[in-house]
Amino acid sequence: MEGGTRLENANPLIFQRSGERQLTTEEEDEEFADPIDDREIFDILLTINDPEHPLSLEELNVVEQVRVRVSDNDSTVSVEFTPTIPHCSMATLIGLSIKVKLLRSLPERFKIDVHITPGAHASEQAVNKQLGDKERVAAALENSHLLEVVNQCLSSRT
Amino acid sequence: MAGDGALLLGLVEEFVTGLQDSKAADTATGVKKGQFAVLELVEALGSSLTSSEPRTRARGIQLLSQVLQQCCTSLSEKEVQVLTAFYENRLKDHYVITPHVLQGLKALTLCPVLPTGLAVSILKSLFQDVHVQSLMQTDRSCVYNILINLMESREEELKGLGADFVFGFVQAIDGEKDPRNLLLAFQIAQNILYRNYELGSFTEELFEVTSCYFPIDFYPPPNDPHGISREELILSLRAVLAGTPRFAEFLLPLLIEKLDSDVQSSKLDSLQTLAACAAGYGHKELKEFLPSLWSSVRREVFQTASEKVESAGLSALRSLTACLSCSVLDSDSEDSLDTFLDLVLKDCQHHLCEPDLKLVWPSTKLLQTAASASYRASYKITAAVVPLLLEQYNNHTQNAQRRTLVEVLQGFIQPPRGSHTEEADENPLTGYRQPLCALVFSALIESSPALQTAAVRTLTALGTQPGLLSGEDIDLAADHLTRLVLQEEEPQTCSAAMEAAGSLARLHPTAFASRMVPALKQEIFSEAMEECEGRPTAQSQQALRQRSLKALSTVSTHPSLAQETVPIILQALSVSHKGSASFELEEVVSACRSLQQIAELAKDSEESGRYFHQTVIPRLLGLAVQASLQGGGAPNPLTEERVLSAMVPIFSTACGYLHTQLAAHTASLVLSLFLDGDTSLLPENNIPQQFQLLKERPNGWPETQLVCLLMACVCSLPKSVEVPNTDRLLSELEELSCSCVHPFTHTSAAKCFAGLVNKHPAGEQLDSILKRSVKRIESGLSSHDSPNRMQVFTLLLWVSKALLLRYHPLSTTLTDKLLSLLVDRELGTLAADGFALLMNDSTDVLNRACHADVRMMYRQRFFTETAPKLVLGFNCAPEERKSSYLKALSHILNSLPRQVQITELPSLLPLLLEALCCPDHGVQLSTISCLHPLLLDTPQVMTSHLETLLSRLLGLTASPAMKVRVISLQCLKALTRLPEHVVLPSRSRMLRALAVPLGDKKRLVRREAVLARGEWFLLGSPGR
Repeated sequence: MEGGTRLENANPLIFQRSGERQLTTEEEDEEFADPIDDREIFDILLTINDPEHPLSLEELNVVEQVRVRVSDNDSTVSVEFTPTIPHCSMATLIGLSIKVKLLRSLPERFKIDVHITPGAHASEQAVNKQLGDKERVAAALENSHLLEVVNQCLSSRT
Repeated sequence: MAGDGALLLGLVEEFVTGLQDSKAADTATGVKKGQFAVLELVEALGSSLTSSEPRTRARGIQLLSQVLQQCCTSLSEKEVQVLTAFYENRLKDHYVITPHVLQGLKALTLCPVLPTGLAVSILKSLFQDVHVQSLMQTDRSCVYNILINLMESREEELKGLGADFVFGFVQAIDGEKDPRNLLLAFQIAQNILYRNYELGSFTEELFEVTSCYFPIDFYPPPNDPHGISREELILSLRAVLAGTPRFAEFLLPLLIEKLDSDVQSSKLDSLQTLAACAAGYGHKELKEFLPSLWSSVRREVFQTASEKVESAGLSALRSLTACLSCSVLDSDSEDSLDTFLDLVLKDCQHHLCEPDLKLVWPSTKLLQTAASASYRASYKITAAVVPLLLEQYNNHTQNAQRRTLVEVLQGFIQPPRGSHTEEADENPLTGYRQPLCALVFSALIESSPALQTAAVRTLTALGTQPGLLSGEDIDLAADHLTRLVLQEEEPQTCSAAMEAAGSLARLHPTAFASRMVPALKQEIFSEAMEECEGRPTAQSQQALRQRSLKALSTVSTHPSLAQETVPIILQALSVSHKGSASFELEEVVSACRSLQQIAELAKDSEESGRYFHQTVIPRLLGLAVQASLQGGGAPNPLTEERVLSAMVPIFSTACGYLHTQLAAHTASLVLSLFLDGDTSLLPENNIPQQFQLLKERPNGWPETQLVCLLMACVCSLPKSVEVPNTDRLLSELEELSCSCVHPFTHTSAAKCFAGLVNKHPAGEQLDSILKRSVKRIESGLSSHDSPNRMQVFTLLLWVSKALLLRYHPLSTTLTDKLLSLLVDRELGTLAADGFALLMNDSTDVLNRACHADVRMMYRQRFFTETAPKLVLGFNCAPEERKSSYLKALSHILNSLPRQVQITELPSLLPLLLEALCCPDHGVQLSTISCLHPLLLDTPQVMTSHLETLLSRLLGLTASPAMKVRVISLQCLKALTRLPEHVVLPSRSRMLRALAVPLGDKKRLVRREAVLARGEWFLLGSPGR
């Protein structure tokens, strides 16, 4: 973060974190098979860092559990994310980070769809199109500068 | 003398033309012994000093300088004068000579008899004839050392030089690049500033020549040959820069500029330097720069992601505010503290009105830091912020916003640690007492638990400062806390309320005794109402009782309260004994725990100690004995193993800590109760006279198991207290532990035996006791069909532990016995687990709290003795018994300190890797749990076995046991911390393999797989 430069949104709204998932007896039972559910996907996403702020996507409400839908049986995941401001120039980057994180964290059988919450961004369609295009995502990750920023979003802060 | 003269000439000759360096030392020894004088040496050197060949002259000077270094203390004033003049003159000579001349001058500056005036003349010639920066590093360092030496001994003379000294120094160091020399140069600069040398017109030059190194970006080379750390340089330079207010006009702009830097470390250094220099400044120096300094500090605190930068920024702000607070005001000038704080308030205050937004917290921290700097600052900030927060609380209606506001408020109320308030000062909050209390009490009845929790903490902050809560407020607070403790569903709020009750009760015991304690008592004794509407179900009734019991123990922070609460708990226990109320087992256990907590809290109070020994212990013991003798009929909770185990710590805390003399008295009474059936200790004497608590008989377990209480009393006594009748007691205990079939009884008896043996003074008596029991153990274990093998084994285990802890010579015999049992068909697994018992502290006996004789590092010692035997045993053991050895080994390893593990592990690693393949899940789990912390701390130990480790761990990620899968994935994640070049080759293989557990059927496993695979993805990628 550069010292003198102004952030696009220096004082964003902060949301409360949802806390750890409660451990159930079924989860501790060796025999029981836990299905992959919305909360599990949300847990994967909530620690992603915002590219600008020292905050997580959960704290900025960019991802919410209600906007995550997963069907373990059909092997599909759909995630909607909400940029903090409608002109946020980081929207594509955030979307890319979410997509990459899911690609790395889910079994291969899943079909992953990441898009902007309808009406939440000025150039919603363009961003969605970019994120939906497999080849463009792959090409973006070939770019080492882009990969660096994405990895920074995905690495755990210590 | 003639002979000496020839000898000297010979030495000089050999050194100068023969180039034998060792002769310098010989010459120096000669001079020191008085064999020849320095003057004679100069004469002997004669021709070499006047030679036309510079190298010969250099050699001559070198010899003289080296001799001077050895014997500078024995020179006379006259000699020093002559030599100094000579050396000063030599500075003008050829450049190859200069280094040796400098060495000689350095030696002369160490002379105690250096005549007045010479220091100045040495310096003048140095500054005039030597161009320091064209010398080699060691020679430059020599120049600096000359300066340092003279500054130490001739301060007054050097100050006579006036500003010329500073000028000379500035010229000498200008351009210095070696960190070793910089440390010396900074040292000189510090001396100049702190010892008030005249700077004259060279202030700016001195600043320039030192500040050009700021911020330090030196990183020592990898093997660090000179032992100079970056930190050392930073601190040294900081001391120079912050050394005088006269640097302020140059330093402050520099700091403001460096704060704009992108480099994290230079921001940090600038902020820390700002904090250091502001401490020595007055408002005059700061005034001009305050607005820019504030905006830089604010920007850092608002924007940074690093806690270090944040805290450095805050301490800079504190330092600035403190400096302004101390400044004396001129009558005409404005109050600069006031102006500065107005600035701070203007920029931060409005963020407090937006409790949802990010900047509310950084603003709060800035304001609180400024307030903590001085009383005046806290007064002004409190006056501005508290009314604002009170107003905002009423304007915002959402619970989340209100909670943030209350948390912010709490920070302003909390007395800062190491508070500066003097008694005479009025607390700035006094004026807002009423609205604050009103706010807190209204927040306490809001529906949001998080808001309530914040309010509870704020209440504690108010209550712990004198004068902020009135008597009525405290009563009201006690009522509110009682309500929260009893009715609140949210565990976090409830425990916050208990904690608050504990800290407030210490200061205001009467309010809690009259308000909270009766309410808790009522809750404990109220029967679960039968089918009453609106009453909690039996389940939650039980939870409520437990909560009340816990609350009773937490508020017993004051001795007077303990005397109120303990009788209630004792009454509860006696009610449960009589069976007249439906107390569940769990509740009785909580009652015991509460009593133990009260005993812990009472450790320092003599009054409470007496109370415990005279009332609590006899009552408890009486109840337990009565319950055990009752026999038949309804099951009595006081005969349950869990309840008795919960009573044990009450007894041992009381006997171990509270009042030694009373403890000894109690112990002797308890002993006569157990050995002779003497009931004089027990309060209600309605017990049949004939009973023997330590004699085994059929169905006698309710009585014999009370031996655990005996253990709690006698094994926790300090070593200074002697236990009477030890011999008889020990033999009865041995008998009981070997013959009784009731597991709890025989284990407790064995523990009691061990506890006593551990503290028994060494000598014949102890030897004969041990001999007897070892014989019994051996015969008991020898035949496989002996009925009491299990009991004898337990005794062996505990006695081994007792002796191992005190380094008793017999302990090896016993542990060898245990080792030999590892291949035993029945006892093998138990013996392996027994090693965990040997290594870990047990909770109720043989620990330091029980004053047991525990030698330092007994674990390491045991490991060194036993590990080779285990390895040997493992290699010889039949296949199906090998796992016991691995298990025993991993138990021992697990308990060793990390440092020892790291050194020992490489040799054992092959065996542990073997253990990972062992089919026993228990062995896998315990081995892997031993490896995991090591992987986190010092993964490099594993580097050489990485390949094997990776494949073994990957194999375990498909283990049928979930725990093994989870922890092996955690280990795989930890391995990414190895140096990149070591792990990178495995990356793609690992990514493929780790895709499998992503689809595990258990969520807990998938979670670890996601984390591990994420780390492996980042490996070797940009931006990691």
